[in-house]
Amino acid sequence: MQIKNDQQHYGSLAITLHWLVALIVPAMFALGLWMTSLTYYNDWYQRGPLIHKGVGVLLFVTLLFRLLWRFISPPPEGLSSYNTFEKIAGRFSHILLYLLLFLVLISGYLISTADGRPLEFFALLELPALIHGFEDQEDIAGDIHLYSAYCMVGLVALHAIAALKHHFIDKDRTLLRMLGR
Amino acid sequence: MRLTQLCITAFISGLVLVTPLQAAEYVIDTKGAHASINFRIPHLGYSWLIGRFNTFSGLFSYDEENPSAAKVIINIDTNSIDSNHAERDKHLRGNDFLEVKRYPKAAFVSTSFEELDNGKAILKGDLSLLGFTKPITIDVEHTGHGRDPWGGYRRGFKGTTKLRLKDYGIMFELGAASQEVELELIVEGIRQ
Repeated sequence: MQIKNDQQHYGSLAITLHWLVALIVPAMFALGLWMTSLTYYNDWYQRGPLIHKGVGVLLFVTLLFRLLWRFISPPPEGLSSYNTFEKIAGRFSHILLYLLLFLVLISGYLISTADGRPLEFFALLELPALIHGFEDQEDIAGDIHLYSAYCMVGLVALHAIAALKHHFIDKDRTLLRMLGR
Repeated sequence: MRLTQLCITAFISGLVLVTPLQAAEYVIDTKGAHASINFRIPHLGYSWLIGRFNTFSGLFSYDEENPSAAKVIINIDTNSIDSNHAERDKHLRGNDFLEVKRYPKAAFVSTSFEELDNGKAILKGDLSLLGFTKPITIDVEHTGHGRDPWGGYRRGFKGTTKLRLKDYGIMFELGAASQEVELELIVEGIRQ
C-alpha cells in the first residue's frame, strides 16, 4: 500500500491517522465523563485530567495534520454507486465531524486556561493561555465542551453506522477502502 | 436582580417604620469593595484553601443606644465564587457543590443581635443556601466607626461563622478534616 491517497484508494497514512483518531476520540469521551465523576481521594483525580489534556493536545495536532494531508494528498472520490443524498450527507458529516472535534478541543483548552494559567502538556510542556479572562469563561467553555462532545460522539456513531450500512447492506467498498483494500 | 432590589427596598421601608429616630441605616460598601465575604476550608487537613464571593449586596441598621435592634440583610451571587483557579471554580459552581444555575442566590437575614461587653456581639439569623434555610450564629467584632474623609460616616464589623457542608446538601467528600467551611464577613457600611 502506498503512503499517499489516489483516485480509488486511501493511502496508508490517511488510513492510519483515521483509525488512530477513531480509537482516541471515544476513549477521550469516556475518560472525560469518568474523570469528572471521580471522588476527591481517587488515585486518578489528578492523573485523569492530566492525560485528558495531554492527549487532547496530541489529537489537535493530529487533526491539523490530517487537514493538511487532505490538501497535499486529496482523498479518493466517493464511489460511483453513491446516490446524491449519500454524496451530500457524507461530505456534510465529514466537515461537521472536523468542526465539532475542533470545537470540543478548543473549548477544552479554554476551560483550563480561563484564568490565564497555561495548559499542562503532561509534565513536559506548558501551553500558554491565549484567550482568557472572559466573564464566566470556564463555565461557558465547559458547557460547550460537554454538549459539543455529545453531538460529536452522536455523529461518530452515525458515521460508523453509515459505514456498516455500506458494507453489509449496500455491499460496496466504502468500509473496505478505509481498511486499505 | 429585581427580587434583590425589592428585598432591599422592603427592608429599608421596614427599618424606617420600626426603628427609633436615632437608628442609622447603612449600605454595605460593595461599590467601593470595602467589604468582602471570604471562606476558608482545610485542604486535606494539611493546609487551607481560601476563596471569596465577589458579588453581593447588603444593608444593616445599627444604633448605639439600642444595639439589640440591629438588623442585617445580605444577598450573595453564588456564581461569583472565586478561589483563584478557574477549573476549581467551575467545579464549585457545578452540581457537586453550589449548583449555581439552580440556586444563583444565597441570603442572610438577621433575627437577633446581642451586644457583648468586650466589643463583640452575637448575630443570629437565617442563611438560605442551596434551597435550605437554616439558623446560623455569627460571632461579630466591632472593627470601628466614624467619619470618613469624604463627608460620610462609616461603621465596620467583622463576622465569623462555620457551616457544615452536609447541612446544606453538599455531599462531595473532601475528607475528614474538611467537613466545615469557615466564613468571614468583612462588612463596612456607609450611613445613609
